[in-house]
Amino acid sequence: MFKEIIARFKQGYRTMEFPAPGLALPARGLGLPVVKTLEETAAQACVYGAISAGPGGGLDMGRCVFCGACAQAAPGAVEFTKEYKLCASARQDLVVGNAGFKRAAPVAADIRRILGRSFKLRQVSAGGCGACEADCNVLGTLAWDMGRFGVQFVASPRHADGILVTGPVTKNMELALRKTYDAVPGPKVVIACGACAIAGGPYAGHEECVGIPRDIPVDLYIPGCPPHPLTILDGLLRLIGRID
Amino acid sequence: MSIPLVPLENILFLPMEEFTRTVTGKLRSGGRAAVFFAMPEAGAFRLVMAIAFDLEGRLEFLSTAAAGSFPSLTPELPQLHLFEREIYELTGLKPEGHPWLKPVRFTGAAARPGVAEFFRVHGSEVHEVAVGPVHAGVIEPGHFRFQCYGEKVFQLEIALGYQHRGVERRLAAGPDARGIHYAETLAGDTTAGHAWAYCETIETLCGAAVPARAQVLRAIMLELERLANHTGDLGALSGDVAYLPTASFCGRLRGDFLNMTALLCGNRFGRNMFRPGGVNFDLDAALVKELKARLDAAFRDAENAVALLWKTNSVVDRFDATGLLLADAARGLGLVGPVARACGIPLDTRRNFPFGPYHDFTLSASGRGDVYARAYVRWAEMQKSAQLVDAWLDALPGGPVAAECGPLRPGSAAVSLIEGWRGQICHAAVTDDAGRFRYYKVVDPSFRNWVGLAMALRNGEISDFPLCNKSFNLSYCGHDL
Repeated sequence: MFKEIIARFKQGYRTMEFPAPGLALPARGLGLPVVKTLEETAAQACVYGAISAGPGGGLDMGRCVFCGACAQAAPGAVEFTKEYKLCASARQDLVVGNAGFKRAAPVAADIRRILGRSFKLRQVSAGGCGACEADCNVLGTLAWDMGRFGVQFVASPRHADGILVTGPVTKNMELALRKTYDAVPGPKVVIACGACAIAGGPYAGHEECVGIPRDIPVDLYIPGCPPHPLTILDGLLRLIGRID
Repeated sequence: MSIPLVPLENILFLPMEEFTRTVTGKLRSGGRAAVFFAMPEAGAFRLVMAIAFDLEGRLEFLSTAAAGSFPSLTPELPQLHLFEREIYELTGLKPEGHPWLKPVRFTGAAARPGVAEFFRVHGSEVHEVAVGPVHAGVIEPGHFRFQCYGEKVFQLEIALGYQHRGVERRLAAGPDARGIHYAETLAGDTTAGHAWAYCETIETLCGAAVPARAQVLRAIMLELERLANHTGDLGALSGDVAYLPTASFCGRLRGDFLNMTALLCGNRFGRNMFRPGGVNFDLDAALVKELKARLDAAFRDAENAVALLWKTNSVVDRFDATGLLLADAARGLGLVGPVARACGIPLDTRRNFPFGPYHDFTLSASGRGDVYARAYVRWAEMQKSAQLVDAWLDALPGGPVAAECGPLRPGSAAVSLIEGWRGQICHAAVTDDAGRFRYYKVVDPSFRNWVGLAMALRNGEISDFPLCNKSFNLSYCGHDL
């Protein structure tokens, strides 16, 4: 008993303040892109077709794996900032044009009333590399303590208010994803977390992957490969109207 | 020193019967199949095996031609069981006499991993428990089928393939700009390990000499990855025996190690650091100082958190003699990594097949094959990793951090072996006449070790499954590819 108390004293209080002024990605991290000019060089540097040049074009954060190849090829055209607030409510909002992008809005007021103070999610891992899952898990550790906002990952879809999907949805996980979604009682939300779940990520175009079925409507898109825990937490709290 | 390139014509080619006899002889006298695959050739297939003689640090290549079928070696050499199943699934070449010829990843459209046939135990009081693919926690999908008598597990069969996303198939179409991203995401928690293996394969094929500074920076990434994952595992093991102090502390500390990785390359999992020929980011004096300070603080806290485990009777009692895996079984199945070392098998790629800056690597970590040993080996490895990183930060070699990679040498084979935190990672590539990949094979340590978990559960209690599973902590995506 005493050794645990002494250890606790040594380890100290480690829960970070969130949201807090000055929070940003690490110095070499790649956050919200700023698109200055829509250059062909930048578009060609992207092997995932995330950048469309010319008028009306932009950088699609849904397809972006944040490798920085575009910024390296065309430093004057694209620049990645340390901004971690990247989530959007609609797929097309993830496209960053000259004027930036449209950040996620809270769910409808009636659903927010139900979920705003107690939001339970069933995570469904459907393909991918496991990094998104790892950075979702980390939100449950004492450093992030997501539970203080009433947000928690739960074991059963029956106990959940929605699902958080990671991975490009392989053919082998399609049925399990649908069954899990169906098992969640309504009203329910769907969150696509990471480049894979949004648009296939590094596996875009693979015949082994099908993506989230169209009839499962997505309420929140969390871009990144994988998204930083700051980005995930920011998105979840925006969705339930805890921050705006 | 990495494994030298092998011109294809230098790979020993034997008639099938002789191949079978030679392989059996070699695998029975200290050899271990590092990789075994079937490559299309002249309308049929060429079976290629690289045999690692771990104690001698030597690799031998053997091959034969096959069409339609080949005699299965699995009944004699269980370590080949999954390689043969994989060959059958990918090519249709049938290993005749294989005792359990199920798909490995269910790549075909018809079957799905959880609904296939399972090995069943019959009896009036025997019952079956099915778990997954969606589990209670936030983890990857897999299906576990237990045959139980009361609480006792007679047999566990693990069905995977849910994470199969076609990475290996697509890697073989390279090399191209997406290759490094595939390598980085073969197993997201082993980015440094797989990215290094991929880069080294390319470097061997094009004859690039990676600068010393890049090698050390790569090794720092690899050891930080080991520190982060081992810390996380020790915390998770602690959580599974309901000892929350260490679970909580290690949850935070794992993040501290990941953040050190992010300090280097901007990404907590080590993305964007590796590239064929070297690395993308360098360290300056200020960053070295910062890393050293953070390493010192995180390691001291980890020491404090982990020490609690060995001093707490309830933890020791739950770890001790749980999930026993005997050395003979582990050796026979060709297991690798901390799991094998915890059974007393002295295989560590860093010592047996030194790569990068691991010149005089020594570490004796051993045990008797239970959860306790698997936990303790991790702690021993963490201490070594912290020492290595600290020493490297003190004496970073000068010079550039990347070399140019020219075209790949045609008609050649390259194998690279890297000791990732889960164990030996093996990448093998064969080039065609134009210097493109003709074949690419990835062997994640999980591919070998999942069967070890099934063995460790035999005659154990089903309630010990989460603890045993955590003590292996294998990758689903690394297996499923």
